[in-house]
Amino acid sequence: MAEEVKMLKVTIDNIPVEVPQGSTILQAARLIGGDVAPPAMCYYSKLKGSGGKCRTCLVEVSKGSTADPRPMPKLVASCRTGVMDGMEVKNITSDRVLDARNGVVEFLLINHPLDCPICDQAGECHLQDLSYVHGKEGTRYEFHRRTFDKHDLGPYIQLHMTRCILCYRCVQTAEQVTDGRAHGVLGRGDHAEIATYIEKALDNDFIGNVIDVCPVGALTDRTFRFKNRVWFTKPVDAHRDCPTCKGRVTLWQRGEEVLRVTARKDQWGEVEDWICNTCRFEKKKASDWIVEGPSKVDRHSVISQGHYVGLQRPTEIFSAVHDGRSPKLLMDIHSISEVNRPEVALSAIPGPATSATFDTDKKS
Amino acid sequence: MVQPLTNRAKQVDAKPLSFLERLYIPSILRGMAITFRHMFQKKATVQYPEEKRPFSPVFRGLHVLNRDEEGRERCTACGLCAVACPAEAITMEAAERQKGEEHLYREEKYAAKYEINMLRCIFCGLCEEACPKDAIYLSETFAPANFTRKGFIYGKPDLLIPDPVGEPEAYAQAQGPNEGRQPSSARTS
Repeated sequence: MAEEVKMLKVTIDNIPVEVPQGSTILQAARLIGGDVAPPAMCYYSKLKGSGGKCRTCLVEVSKGSTADPRPMPKLVASCRTGVMDGMEVKNITSDRVLDARNGVVEFLLINHPLDCPICDQAGECHLQDLSYVHGKEGTRYEFHRRTFDKHDLGPYIQLHMTRCILCYRCVQTAEQVTDGRAHGVLGRGDHAEIATYIEKALDNDFIGNVIDVCPVGALTDRTFRFKNRVWFTKPVDAHRDCPTCKGRVTLWQRGEEVLRVTARKDQWGEVEDWICNTCRFEKKKASDWIVEGPSKVDRHSVISQGHYVGLQRPTEIFSAVHDGRSPKLLMDIHSISEVNRPEVALSAIPGPATSATFDTDKKS
Repeated sequence: MVQPLTNRAKQVDAKPLSFLERLYIPSILRGMAITFRHMFQKKATVQYPEEKRPFSPVFRGLHVLNRDEEGRERCTACGLCAVACPAEAITMEAAERQKGEEHLYREEKYAAKYEINMLRCIFCGLCEEACPKDAIYLSETFAPANFTRKGFIYGKPDLLIPDPVGEPEAYAQAQGPNEGRQPSSARTS
């Protein structure tokens, strides 16, 4: 007979919750949800062995357990600490935690280039969200930031090592999702960097998932590079019959054009299903996909701007009251505007647009 | 009873006019006196094309796209102006800087196309506030009138200020007499 899983009672920020034995504090906090769940930059529930590296999920354990009620002397990483029966945890109710978290964010940003205006991850970047909540306005760092030689990870994945926070998620993804990892973290300490050692393309069928797991803009999609800002594209849920993966994705569209394909993300920003490279990089036509409907976007996210939910358009009455005439257009913006020309198919270009992309169509 | 706002209210009576009042001459003289008095007062208007009123320092006119001191475009097409724009007047398309274009664009990414629809723009200045790269400024120039709507879609050639390195004369001219201010006008015409 299978042994019954023992349920443990934990109190996080004065909210009690029951979780099975073996859960971590972070998992218990995520069951409660909302502000109680600590932010996590390196922990990924779908990856074994992730967590414990970024220290953003630090919490204070004010009572160890019913058996041993002493508080833990230091703040602990909630993604790596198992719960005990009767444990009391303080997250946002503890000033120590908030102070420590501010310090962690400051350290994470020490070598970060803060090139959000250029970065394709801006708008869905976990580090950006974290620094908006916990970051300081200015930097106290006066020295040179880490810089790296540019590595190319094949035709699809762009690596910006300067933005990396060394969370190891991509390494674990390559290890656990693909059969054979070709990249890893080289060097130690300040010299640690994500690389393939010998310039080698990452070309596994599922290697595109490292883009989704990357919490910052270190690994980005080259087929989407500089095509558009995330918040100007419209996310829709779609699926296709894919032989290698489940094919359940989010399409990021501009009009009918599919600019980017990503896996669907849950409320913690983690992918629901891993998707294959064919779905992610090669199916950039709306006809490849069966659209299910607009994705749910948190209304506090910048991505939700301009995307109206439950919009009811008023019926057009002009032609009804004007004997069937349609209104006279004084100007068609598309006849003058040089932006979003139909002849420039951005989704068809494999890499980022260049000056030549827009020059050639001027001649035609 | 309604409280009077001023003490200049006068009771109207419908009594027949007296002989002196029927002559109207004293009233006309009184009116003319008021008119003449105004001829010697300070005028409220200016002779516009010759004479211009000083702008307030926070005046928001036509947009300009800024360059840095080396003449490179500052805009990186981050889209913050467009997302801040309440009138949705700004659109852009980004491109990657290639080797050999480093003297043209300041950053890795730049706006290959940048358009402001001046028919939609309400000159609120939120784009200027949102810009993280000091790339867009509202100048002290009015949007000129036009006979067609087509002339109000301003592209990059209309918005970019003259290159301070490549075309210093045009740059100095565009800067105008207000030295030490932000570039006042990109439209040298």
